[in-house]
Amino acid sequence: MSTPLLPPIGMLAELTHRCPLQCPYCSNPLELLKANRELDTETWLALFSEAADLGVLQVHLSGGEPTLRRDLEQLIAGLAGRGVYTNLITAGVGIVEGRIEAFAEAGLDHLQLSFQGARPATTDRIGNHKGAHEKKLETARRARAAGLPLTINAPIHRHNIEEVPEFIDLALALGAERLEIANVQYAGWALTNRDQLMPEREAVDRQAEIVAEAQERLAGIINIDFVTPDYFAIYPKPCMGGWARDAFMVTPDGTVLPCHAAQTIPSLSFERFEPRRLSSIWADSPAFNAFRGTDWMQEPCRSCDRREIDWGGCRCQAMAIAGDAAATDPACAKSPIHARMAMLIDEAKRIATAPSREEAFVYRRIGAVTESA
Amino acid sequence: MMALRERAVVSLRSVPSLPKHVRIQYDPVRQAFAVLSPEKIFWPNDISLDILRRCDGRSTAGDIIAGLAADYEAEQEAVATDVIAFLQEWSDKLLVRL
Repeated sequence: MSTPLLPPIGMLAELTHRCPLQCPYCSNPLELLKANRELDTETWLALFSEAADLGVLQVHLSGGEPTLRRDLEQLIAGLAGRGVYTNLITAGVGIVEGRIEAFAEAGLDHLQLSFQGARPATTDRIGNHKGAHEKKLETARRARAAGLPLTINAPIHRHNIEEVPEFIDLALALGAERLEIANVQYAGWALTNRDQLMPEREAVDRQAEIVAEAQERLAGIINIDFVTPDYFAIYPKPCMGGWARDAFMVTPDGTVLPCHAAQTIPSLSFERFEPRRLSSIWADSPAFNAFRGTDWMQEPCRSCDRREIDWGGCRCQAMAIAGDAAATDPACAKSPIHARMAMLIDEAKRIATAPSREEAFVYRRIGAVTESA
Repeated sequence: MMALRERAVVSLRSVPSLPKHVRIQYDPVRQAFAVLSPEKIFWPNDISLDILRRCDGRSTAGDIIAGLAADYEAEQEAVATDVIAFLQEWSDKLLVRL
């Protein structure tokens, strides 16, 4: 291997696939796991302890909706006890009174709250959950009252891209220190719903201007992170900072993956924590080593001077669009099939604006696409 | 529209501190000090670390500059320029409170 093996620094723990919302761009796989497949408290705690030994400094507790785990306080306390920085990624719907305070008490460092829209009607429609917006506002207030720093996460697509200025006002009004304007990544459920979700070029350009202006105007007041939309890009994102380079994720049943969508690459097979140890999966799993470093690259990545900046982009996007997980991410202008991205944008626009069009999200729920085993 | 919070600007009278959710922590795996913050981890060099450690919520920027100039046997003016720029940058990233 051309680059030395580094210890992982970050870990995303998908504690459950259960969720009160049904967002059509969810990054969970189409085959959602039911509650009876989730790791128990002891196993998560053992996994977290091994992660800390391995060098993980930051754990993102996610899902599904992680607060549906009744043992979340215990899990946070376990991580805090090891000095691991904890970030709770929540939809903020249905959290009973007193629990956010209990998370803070257990040592939670930071809370990230998603808003599907800046307007109540948008939030409720995208998550397919009536009253969700109000509940989220309440969660934000409670988090701030408990002294937790707050990030507002706004996943952006065709149906809310015009609300970007309102998202900025909302984040300021809620006392957030950070706002993520995160254009939807077309994997998982978002790939299924791509034609419904893809924004139009003009809206994307306008959004970039609005965000750049706000970043400058609000420097020192709120941090605005902008996750740009891949399909409109010139260079790809260094997905996960490079495959298995410094982060990994764990699914509710303990399967350890280099990224969210890695299971869409059919040539790879993934291992589970217990019986396997995290350290051996990180170092020796053939799936983790498949796209590590730069040796696996084909042209144009192999000789590209950005190969250790972009790390070839997203393997799952290469799989989904080029049909080859080792191809250059088609988001890159140097990809031989980069033009296909523009075609997919145009195709989505044609479908989404067709006169006979009815709104047809495939909402995220168990059994909506395929039944889990 | 709510009243906007304001961007803090460093002066010699500022009293910098690290917010509760930003912490300096030794990492035994990498044998280095990390600054842990929401979503980001920083690996400050020795001088940056020295400045951050002095952001204790009691010392003013002026005190910090005087202390560093003494410890590093450096010109106070040069130290002041660097420290103020550093604190402004970290304040703008909301990692240091003034």
